[in-house]
Amino acid sequence: MSHLTPDNLTRAKKLIELYPERRSALIPLCHLVQEQDGWLTEEAMDDIAGLVGVTTAEVRGTASFYDMLHTEPVGRYLVAVCTNIACLLGGATELLEHAEASLGVRSGGTTADGLFTLEEAECLADCDRTVCVQVNHRYVGGQTAESFDALVADLRAGRLDTTVPPHGTLVRVERRVGLEADRAVVAEQRAAAKSARAAREAAVAGSGGSGSG
Amino acid sequence: MATTDAPKIVTSRLGYDDSHTMARYLATGGYEGLRKALGMHPEAVAAEVDAASLLGRGGAGFPAGRKWSMLRPNDVTYLVVNGDESEPATFKDHLLIERDPHQLVEGTIIAAYALQVNQAFIYLRGEFAFGLERLQQAVNEAYEHGAIGKDIFGSGFSVDLVVHPGAGAYICGEETALLESLEGKRGWPRIKPPYFPAAIGLYGEPTVVNNVETLSNLPWIVLNGGAAFAALGAGRSTGTRLFALSGHVARPGVYETEMVKTTFRDLIYDPAYGGGVRDGNDLKAFIPGGASAPWFGPDKVDLPLGQDEVGEAGSMLGSGSVVVMDATTCMVRAAWRITKFFARESCGQCTPCREGSGWLERILQRIELGAGREQDLDLLLDVSDNISPGLAWPPAQTTICVLGPSIPSSIFSGIRLFRDEFLLHVKEGACPYA
Repeated sequence: MSHLTPDNLTRAKKLIELYPERRSALIPLCHLVQEQDGWLTEEAMDDIAGLVGVTTAEVRGTASFYDMLHTEPVGRYLVAVCTNIACLLGGATELLEHAEASLGVRSGGTTADGLFTLEEAECLADCDRTVCVQVNHRYVGGQTAESFDALVADLRAGRLDTTVPPHGTLVRVERRVGLEADRAVVAEQRAAAKSARAAREAAVAGSGGSGSG
Repeated sequence: MATTDAPKIVTSRLGYDDSHTMARYLATGGYEGLRKALGMHPEAVAAEVDAASLLGRGGAGFPAGRKWSMLRPNDVTYLVVNGDESEPATFKDHLLIERDPHQLVEGTIIAAYALQVNQAFIYLRGEFAFGLERLQQAVNEAYEHGAIGKDIFGSGFSVDLVVHPGAGAYICGEETALLESLEGKRGWPRIKPPYFPAAIGLYGEPTVVNNVETLSNLPWIVLNGGAAFAALGAGRSTGTRLFALSGHVARPGVYETEMVKTTFRDLIYDPAYGGGVRDGNDLKAFIPGGASAPWFGPDKVDLPLGQDEVGEAGSMLGSGSVVVMDATTCMVRAAWRITKFFARESCGQCTPCREGSGWLERILQRIELGAGREQDLDLLLDVSDNISPGLAWPPAQTTICVLGPSIPSSIFSGIRLFRDEFLLHVKEGACPYA
């Protein structure tokens, strides 16, 4: 019994079909699971492992490497305050301190009501609007202490729900088509490239230790 | 004058509010470059890119045409677009992705045709949620328009394009780490050689990896010819380029300028670009090419925006991001923050990078917080030298990838330029700017 809903299981299978090797869908499937559950549960990682043909430990090993993949629950709104060089010059240290005081959590923490997780972020590539803040990976413009409190109030009241979906929903635009290039032709070209490479490698073999060829 | 009459090559549509739509794209010459390319021999398309002498816009500045020519015709299996823009203070690819996604799609399909690949991926930084949506929308529309997929514009050429989201890791901008990530693994850079994925790339197959801005130039190059592109700029730095200007400047933003013909002074002070240091303050220092680049003092402000010119002066144009620091900036805090970034983003494979970045961060922290010792300056340089012997630029490397040798940049250049300020922190037992 899959932990994924039937709809999401269908989406997962469509994602896998986009890749020449199914393991490539591992990260997209992690995003899909986070869209469903908000974070990566053990059961979901089991599912992903089965779908892409690796062990659950490999899914966890990959997921734990990436900042955006969460193996613990996070708040409905993930508030990321950039403090890297451009934002530092724009007052990011002070803004992060303000955000911690305002939300009542330290960086990395989640509010008791489960609404907000505050994160000190690395450069989010919006450096002409400092201090750069993202909520659920959506830019919310350059922030000051005053605007930050207004932002939090808006989020609490659900006034930004059209622009800022709940945590986990990364992309709201789905791919509409599968792969179109003729699979047989693709396979033929790949086989040709592979054998051309093998021929070249065979031509330079023999100079190593084994001396074969 | 600072502004030249060079055309806007990659930012021509950004004045329109609807620059991201198919309607605007088609109304402004969109997909004409691809139509023209499909009527040419693939090698003739590659020859135009070669003639343009287009240097890769990702950070390393390797000639795009040469990257392609390392592959025999029909030998490339995959094209991967590097849209993992994460170098601190770099925000130009993000602009192209959100505001002109069709231009990126068209450039990608032109490259795919020149290389005769039938599957391409755009690896986009995971934090670019809005960009992922804009790009997926553009890809959907381009499929419907017949610009991607089977038998593109009736040419007989077919290629699929898949938008792939990353999940937050700076190291995935390194092309072999990006390929590992695209294979569903941790973003661990691969041992070199082979130096280029052209030899062993995605799933071990020959792969070309190009940056977003690099490929966004292709529709213009195909339509106007490589020679027209090469006529802009000077020396090895041809064409125009996007410069992301941030920090203590009146008008931060992304500016497309003709390479070499414009200087850092123009970029920072000209009213058409940065409009001067904020509040009329004095310029204290600037970073010429992203957080990995050694800092420059005001004496270097008249250097032209050219790859070799900046390289010869001891730093790099890198990702084209210029960070302005005015007289109010604490250089210890700036170096500490950059070092903290590298410590956090080190993938952990190589000891000098993994251990060195953490040690350097803690030493800088104690200097900034007033607990530093005079000998800490030598200690910083010694640890830095263990990561990148000689502390020169371009840097010597003790690690699998260039993240390691990027760590000492802000430290050694900061101490060389502002030794007294580092020492003042130690003597006063506090940050003089706090």
